[in-house]
Amino acid sequence: MSTVTVEDLAGVTVPRRFWTRERKTGAVFVALGVLAAGLFGALAPAETARFTLSEDASGAALKINGQFGAILFGIVTIGAGATLLAGVARRWTSTLLGLGILAFVLSFLCWQVAGKFMPLVDTAKGSLELALPLILGALAGVLCERSGVVNVAIEGQFLMGAFGAALVGTMAASVWIGLLSAAVGGLVIAVLLAVLAMRYLVDQVVLGIVLNLLALGLTGFLYERLMQPHADVYNQPPRMPTWRIPGLADIPVVGPVLFNTNPLVYLALILVAVISVGLARTRWGLRTRAVGEHPAAADTVGIRVKGTRYRNVLLGGLIAGAGGAFFTLVSTGSFNKNMTSGAGFIALAALIFGRWTPVGAFFAALFFGFANKLATYLSAIGSPVPSQFLNMLPYLATLIAVAGLVGRVRAPAADGKPFIKG
Amino acid sequence: MSTPDDREPAVGPADRTPAGPEGVAVDPAVAATEQPGGERQPSLPQNFLQNLWAANTVTVTVLSMVLALLIGAVLIIVSDPDVLATYSYITARPSDAINGSWTLVSEAYANLFKGAIVDPAAVSGWLAGENTWQVVFAPISETLTYAAPLVLTGLAVALAFRGGLFNIGAQGQAVIGTITAAVAGFVLPLPVGVHLIVALLAGALGGALWGFIPGILKARTGAHEVITTIMLNYTAGLFLGWIILQGGIHDPNRSDAISKRVDGSAQLPGLLGGGLRVNLGIVLAVAATVAVAWLLNRSAFGFELRAVGANPDAARTAGISVTRTYVLLMVSAGALSGLGGATQVLGTAHTLTPQVAGNIGFDGLLVALLGRTRPWGVFLAALLFGALRAGGNRMQSFSGISLELVTVVQALIVIFIAAPALVKAMFRLRAARAARLQTSVAKGW
Repeated sequence: MSTVTVEDLAGVTVPRRFWTRERKTGAVFVALGVLAAGLFGALAPAETARFTLSEDASGAALKINGQFGAILFGIVTIGAGATLLAGVARRWTSTLLGLGILAFVLSFLCWQVAGKFMPLVDTAKGSLELALPLILGALAGVLCERSGVVNVAIEGQFLMGAFGAALVGTMAASVWIGLLSAAVGGLVIAVLLAVLAMRYLVDQVVLGIVLNLLALGLTGFLYERLMQPHADVYNQPPRMPTWRIPGLADIPVVGPVLFNTNPLVYLALILVAVISVGLARTRWGLRTRAVGEHPAAADTVGIRVKGTRYRNVLLGGLIAGAGGAFFTLVSTGSFNKNMTSGAGFIALAALIFGRWTPVGAFFAALFFGFANKLATYLSAIGSPVPSQFLNMLPYLATLIAVAGLVGRVRAPAADGKPFIKG
Repeated sequence: MSTPDDREPAVGPADRTPAGPEGVAVDPAVAATEQPGGERQPSLPQNFLQNLWAANTVTVTVLSMVLALLIGAVLIIVSDPDVLATYSYITARPSDAINGSWTLVSEAYANLFKGAIVDPAAVSGWLAGENTWQVVFAPISETLTYAAPLVLTGLAVALAFRGGLFNIGAQGQAVIGTITAAVAGFVLPLPVGVHLIVALLAGALGGALWGFIPGILKARTGAHEVITTIMLNYTAGLFLGWIILQGGIHDPNRSDAISKRVDGSAQLPGLLGGGLRVNLGIVLAVAATVAVAWLLNRSAFGFELRAVGANPDAARTAGISVTRTYVLLMVSAGALSGLGGATQVLGTAHTLTPQVAGNIGFDGLLVALLGRTRPWGVFLAALLFGALRAGGNRMQSFSGISLELVTVVQALIVIFIAAPALVKAMFRLRAARAARLQTSVAKGW
């Protein structure tokens, strides 16, 4: 192997093992590619798979022979894996990773869609919509955890947000006041999290889990006492309107997905950009990261550690609460007991899978949203692949990621450690 | 080599504990001074010191419960429109508001008590010969029935805690335990007696397998057990949802998601008969508590796991295999959780449904914290939670107060327990030995 890179020469005295993380990933990809080309290719009927560029079966479509496509993309996956296995420069690793996963998914789709059609616009729209709370929840997690406070209570913030939006939204008959109260609902949990974690030094993971249960019990209790008997007074919030951005919405495929949708999507996209730039380029971002990685050092140079953490946790609460509004104002139109059913934990998974960065979390959330949408689609077309296994994907992907099989996942150094000045 | 307990100071109080006056940790000092359990006879001064400390713990625990019930009472009042209306003229006629609130709350909590411990009406009815003695014991029977799985999942969390691992995965392990126990319960044709034991073992094995995954990942790759167990919880739930619908598992006579019924020979037999639900599960729970107390305090493995929990680096230096301990610890914790799931499905549910495990894993987490990760503490905490649950059922049907109130109260109790500084500040308790009241390990991801 003539893969001695500059890094190796400049690097450590310990010789690098042959089975680096990249090579292991490559080997996994080769295996996946063989599976895709062999199994999916063999199972796929030799019929045309149509990916229509609309919300239904009509209009232009990308066509490919299902069997051919499954084998072709399987081979692409093998190629990506083999390249990783051969050893290439570090900077290509993530590109190859992305290519391998994409080709594997495409191979799977070719098998499933062969002889049928898949509406791409509808799929993209649905994925983005399902990813929406995950994006907001994961962003809230980014804010908290980059400043060093573990936030396992995203689920509880979602629930309080969803509940607040339904309750106040109905009483005020305004979707915007509903959204605002959703943010406040998330804030309530965030305040408890911040005060108990920082002032009373309660273990943050324990606290998060208990706050989830508290939110579950509280919203469930008030739901049964108030909303169930008087649904018309307390539980019929107005639905969020669709905002069509003139001009941009007419772009084919992208337009209807991104520019003819509900305001929460715009909010989420803007927040991803703002937080991403903010963390990397602003004074606030630098301080947040400093406090999350090395609070003692940050304190020495005069940064208020607790103040920064409080601000970020509360901000995160507002964002996660707004994410909770999705469930009542966008998705279903009324509150129901435990209606988030684990979405907060998928958001947590997206945060970890996205390696604690806003953009990474965004793409992870999109991927999980896509997996979710795909599960619905596949059960609709009567696929033999059980939807439960597709719904497991976010969790399994995160499991694989934290086990270090795909790249390296590292939390902020001071994440979850209380800071005591002294 | 001396007894395990004598060796304890070798790895003693940890420098791993995060800094701070309130040292947020399963205080290793407690682990060291705590001459295990209550059945031993320590010397007099030691006894006195312990009682002092215990009294403090008890105070905070009791105050936490009182606070939680008070907040619960406020919730009951706020969510009752009729009583709430009387507060609009409270300055004019305060008696209306006060009487209304008092009636509402006292009735609700009286029902909570009657459903959990004993209903005086049933006792007098029994004395007058109007009903059987079983009716008198019905509330206790319900409490014990709900408590049994919680003891087991609580022990699973507590055991892992003592080894420095935070096992949030009790829920997933219990879910897998219900699956394997139930499947063994209706698939295997075994004679009475053997069948039950095999089904229980199958449950424990399933849970152990689900605990093995985070254990080996933690030991081999350093993947944080909190993250992996959270992910495995939901994976287990989805797997349960899938397997119920498969041929051979699904009840062919039903269209909804429900499995076949566990054979009678694999069901946990009732203890009292007469329609009372309390079953062998609670006996199993007592046995498990004894076993875990022995394991923690008397066995070599228990010593190793406490050493690893107190300070993994020191333990490694002392020649203890930390990786092996982590794996074994998670496997045993998983087995306990799986047994909890098995108790649930073999004792009361008898069939698999998507909600068969309920919330026993997460409740087990609360129970472990409330029991301060001591085996008998966990047992008592589980009894309390079982009582709240059993009483909550009666409160729901008699007073129309949603069972969710119990969830709120349980969560609040644990929040107050986990933040003793808060309780102390609220009641201006003496500041003595505050650090000893801490329950959990703060170490982030």
